[in-house]
Amino acid sequence: MASLTDPPKESFRLGMLIYDTRYRSLTIQIVALFVFMIFAAWLINNTLANLAEQGKTIGFGFLSDPAGYDINQRLLDYSSQSTHWRAAFIGLLNTLLVAFMGCITATIIGVIVGVLRLSNNWIVARLMTVYVEAFRNVPVLLWIVFTMAIMIETLPAPRAFKGENPTANMVLFDSVAFTNRGVYIPEPLFSRGLGDLPVLPDRDSPACAAPEAGAPLNDSCGVFQISLDLILIVAVLAAGLYGSSRIKKRADRIQNATGDRPTTWYLRLGVVLVPLAIVLAILGFHLGYPQLKGFNFSGGTYLRNSLIALWLALSLYTAAFIAEIVRAGILAISSGQTEAAAALGLRSNRIMSLVILPQALRVIIPPLISNYLNLTKNSSLAIAVGYMDITGTLGGITMNQTGRELECVLLLMLVYLAISLSISGIMNWYNDRVKLVER
Amino acid sequence: MVQINFVRSVMEEQQAPPAATTGFLGWIRQNLFSSPLNAILTLLSLGFVAWLLAHSLPWIISPTWRATSLNECREILMGEGGACWGVIRERWLQLMFGFYPSELYWRPILAFLLLLIAVAPILFTGVPRRVLVFSAVYPFLMPWLLWGGPIWGPVVAGLGFVIGFYAHQFLKPIAGGLAAILTGVLLAILWWLFLAGPTASALSSVLPLALQSVESRAFGGFMLSITIGVVAIALSLPIGIVLALGRQSNLLIVRSLAVGFIEFIRGVPLITLLFVASTLLNIFMPPGTNFDIVLRVIIMVTLFASAYMAEVVRGGLAALPKGQYEAADALGLDFWMANRLIIMPQALKISIPGIVSTFIGVFKDTTLVSIIGLLDPLGLSNAIRADQAWNGIVWELYGFIALLFFVFCFSMSRYSMYLERKLQTGHR
Amino acid sequence: MTKSVFVGALALACVSAGIAAAGTLDDVKARGKLNCGVATGVPGFAAPDANGEWQGFDVAVCRAVAAAVLDDPSAVEFVPTTGKTRFTALASGEIDMLARNTTWTFSRDVDLKFDFVGVNYYDGQGFMVPKELGVSSAKELDGATVCIQTGTTTELNLADFFRVNNMSYEPVPIETNAEAQQQYLAGACDVYTTDASGLAATRATFENVADHVILPEIISKEPLGPLVRHGDNEWGDLVSWTLNALVAAEELGVTSANVAELAAAAGNNPEINRLLGTEGTLGEMLGVPADWAVKAISVAGNYGEVFEKNIGETTPIGLARGLNAQWTSGGLLYSPPFR
Repeated sequence: MASLTDPPKESFRLGMLIYDTRYRSLTIQIVALFVFMIFAAWLINNTLANLAEQGKTIGFGFLSDPAGYDINQRLLDYSSQSTHWRAAFIGLLNTLLVAFMGCITATIIGVIVGVLRLSNNWIVARLMTVYVEAFRNVPVLLWIVFTMAIMIETLPAPRAFKGENPTANMVLFDSVAFTNRGVYIPEPLFSRGLGDLPVLPDRDSPACAAPEAGAPLNDSCGVFQISLDLILIVAVLAAGLYGSSRIKKRADRIQNATGDRPTTWYLRLGVVLVPLAIVLAILGFHLGYPQLKGFNFSGGTYLRNSLIALWLALSLYTAAFIAEIVRAGILAISSGQTEAAAALGLRSNRIMSLVILPQALRVIIPPLISNYLNLTKNSSLAIAVGYMDITGTLGGITMNQTGRELECVLLLMLVYLAISLSISGIMNWYNDRVKLVER
Repeated sequence: MVQINFVRSVMEEQQAPPAATTGFLGWIRQNLFSSPLNAILTLLSLGFVAWLLAHSLPWIISPTWRATSLNECREILMGEGGACWGVIRERWLQLMFGFYPSELYWRPILAFLLLLIAVAPILFTGVPRRVLVFSAVYPFLMPWLLWGGPIWGPVVAGLGFVIGFYAHQFLKPIAGGLAAILTGVLLAILWWLFLAGPTASALSSVLPLALQSVESRAFGGFMLSITIGVVAIALSLPIGIVLALGRQSNLLIVRSLAVGFIEFIRGVPLITLLFVASTLLNIFMPPGTNFDIVLRVIIMVTLFASAYMAEVVRGGLAALPKGQYEAADALGLDFWMANRLIIMPQALKISIPGIVSTFIGVFKDTTLVSIIGLLDPLGLSNAIRADQAWNGIVWELYGFIALLFFVFCFSMSRYSMYLERKLQTGHR
Repeated sequence: MTKSVFVGALALACVSAGIAAAGTLDDVKARGKLNCGVATGVPGFAAPDANGEWQGFDVAVCRAVAAAVLDDPSAVEFVPTTGKTRFTALASGEIDMLARNTTWTFSRDVDLKFDFVGVNYYDGQGFMVPKELGVSSAKELDGATVCIQTGTTTELNLADFFRVNNMSYEPVPIETNAEAQQQYLAGACDVYTTDASGLAATRATFENVADHVILPEIISKEPLGPLVRHGDNEWGDLVSWTLNALVAAEELGVTSANVAELAAAAGNNPEINRLLGTEGTLGEMLGVPADWAVKAISVAGNYGEVFEKNIGETTPIGLARGLNAQWTSGGLLYSPPFR
């Protein structure tokens, strides 16, 4: 009987590579690998030949030269004497900033619109449909340009705030100014601040020379600087939240044991707020208000119109897609769930937030990830409004000025690839956590 | 005896429903003012719509259709705000066709109409199946119509497929499936590389059937967007199917190559791929080769679209019940036959809405080519503003372009939704 | 199925494309067309009109070269290029020459391996501000928001200028002139900076021209000129001397009106005779017919005529000759002798 299950013993023939299923897969794979390697070698060979003909060499040394141009929005210190590397990094931070803010607002708007599209208010549902269709069917580049143009044309110029009878006024007790250059809001300041901690400082450089007593450290010392005030505040806040959660757990225990829940809200609030208020008072916290000086407002935090326009346009555009996903997710939940929740006596908005949305979330998350990726990739259109993201610095001015297209484009692609892969990695990890465990 | 009835013996006439719940008023109450919150939302929405119309209508209705320059518009409007529509009247043909010779406009129009006929049997079930033959011919007809030149180029290119197909048919009984396919493909490639060119030139010297040739630099406006979109989607479909099969495959190397390609393309923005098209693609090709920017862009957009197409097809493959695969195996079909006869027809049918939305996405993304200097509608709007007569016009051009994009994309997305509904009932 | 189209198109493209390594002059003659890189749209310098015909000052240079080599000013394929794509287009052989407001700088000439064959417009970076700001000098711009058109040397000049004068500023980089103009007019930036010619062209289209002033400071030298690939000297010579012919024609008084008459027979000015090919063998030395300069000049006239027609004071752009006048009238235009 054993002879039936044993494969027939025969010597290996060349034809078996194709006809024998045991070897065939191996053959196909090796052939595929060879073809791929030959193709790659051909590309590299061509590239080297072409570059040699043009008299260029491949090298990333040019990135260490001074960039020579200025960047308006920088999260870290930067000047025109900084290197191209640093310019690229500043651009990368700007990309991440707008992508992060965009994802959050797109989700919020998308969920609201998705829910409102199912509203039984006819006109609201219609308006939302118009919004979704208008944004989904017109290119995002046009929307970005539109948003920028609307901001520029409708908001007043800083000049309008000037003079005896200004045509525009600041809002919220003269603390916030909406101008067509952007929005100026108050900034937190500390009169007895702890200063900044430079990371990886170069002790020999003149920027890190010991400052005069009382004077702040030079901004350009170190790769970047961390505000000690911020660290302290975050630490105090975290400790407060931890204390608050301990109090809640204790209340839960008491409730489980006795049935009575002690009133703890003032304790929990106090544990968070009191230490924070003390720390802020010690640091000398106050707000710095924007004031019109010369050509522009000075003081305060300045959100540039390029950032706002890009952020708004990307959020609204992506939100239209997210709204459709949310709507489909909600419709995927059977109406029995709504009815059961209504039978329990929940009101319609609580049905939505407690029963429907949490279940719909599991359907929504996978397509949501790809929309986050799209938003991040679409942020590369920032050059249309002059927002200096990494496409604007590394793939824009640096590439123009140095003429190193190959290196710049390759680096740019790698950076975006890394961003995309990490976003999808994080979101997939989250998706695995919230996924229904199927039994 | 007095009869006392505690129960009504005669049915009361049915009363009309309260006036507030029927008719127009009832509809309004139910749909607009069912609760205080709804009432507030309704009023807010109405106010918003009224505000929008009050601001945009006077601007849109503007008697400037005949103006020949921005200054003339300003004179007509005499300081009042209003659009300057003269620019659309003067340049709309340019926005549609770019620099395509105006006496040849019939060619792109014909190509577009034939495109509708060619895709009809795929998109609508009521069309006779024989039209599919035309769909197969169309990919060769379209480039000839758009670019012109001797007809023999597309004919010879099509012959390659015929040669490959017959080689496969002839060899299959002799050498077996895989060898036949490999030989067929190899023969076709050999034909294209070495014999197609000479044959085409020989044929055209014997029988010169040619249209006036048009350089692809003359392409512009919406014609350029549609050409890039249609060609990229058509080319990406076969590549996407191969990639999707590769990604589903059990073979480790094949799968990792497919996954690597798909994830790489999907991980980078289209604009970086267009930078590659505009600055690097010539460097990757053998020294001396040089193709024009429209072709390079089409190549990169095709690669871009095929990664997305692969994911759409993969979705279709995953949606098929496992029983279909097992049934195909049980019938003793090999991999190619199972895919050709059972898997792909069903999977592709399920994927059509996804394919259409990929097309909408690619079509919208073609606006990005304006960043690398191609004169698509957005690029042209910039070039039009460089004309002193129209320098300073913004909203009219953008509005016109946005409207056209909306019309194209909205009709396609409506179609795709209709299809989705139809397929849902058909499938369950 | 559709893959064949791709392969076919690829094959056709490979066949039809010229090989960059061979002499560009021979390529252009064999092709019968000149591929000339221009801007996607700069008022007065390069822009397509309603019929799709390219017009402008840079375009005229392309047409003159096409006329000199191919005897047909319309045998030009205009390739619109952006600041990013122009150099690769030239380096890869996609275009034969680039006439796109390109500043002649050391690194472009030496590091990027191009040859600037001359200067067709001497420009410089300037500033435009609204009159109501009351600014009369660029030195008063401390703290201003400045709109810059990117993709050129402008950003670098601006950074240097403000750094040298120890002033702060807020750069707003903008891709196209149209958007920059919109932001400037709405007051989203205080200052608009680009080449002075571009400023003048932009200002000319404003509703109230008198409300805006161009500041006297010119903060950079921007010699704009056509360029070709490094190492192809025959082609470089041809483009260079075509440009020189236009300049020399103005100096010698040869115009589109009288060029045919002057070229009919040798006159008594030997330099005109040599220029127009009625004497000597200059054309033969360049590898083109003897009347090459006549063809180039008859397209749109000499340098002065081209200037007046596209950007001169009679056009809406209204640029004065300034530095771009002949050396005999105090400008920088100075053609080497035709000898």
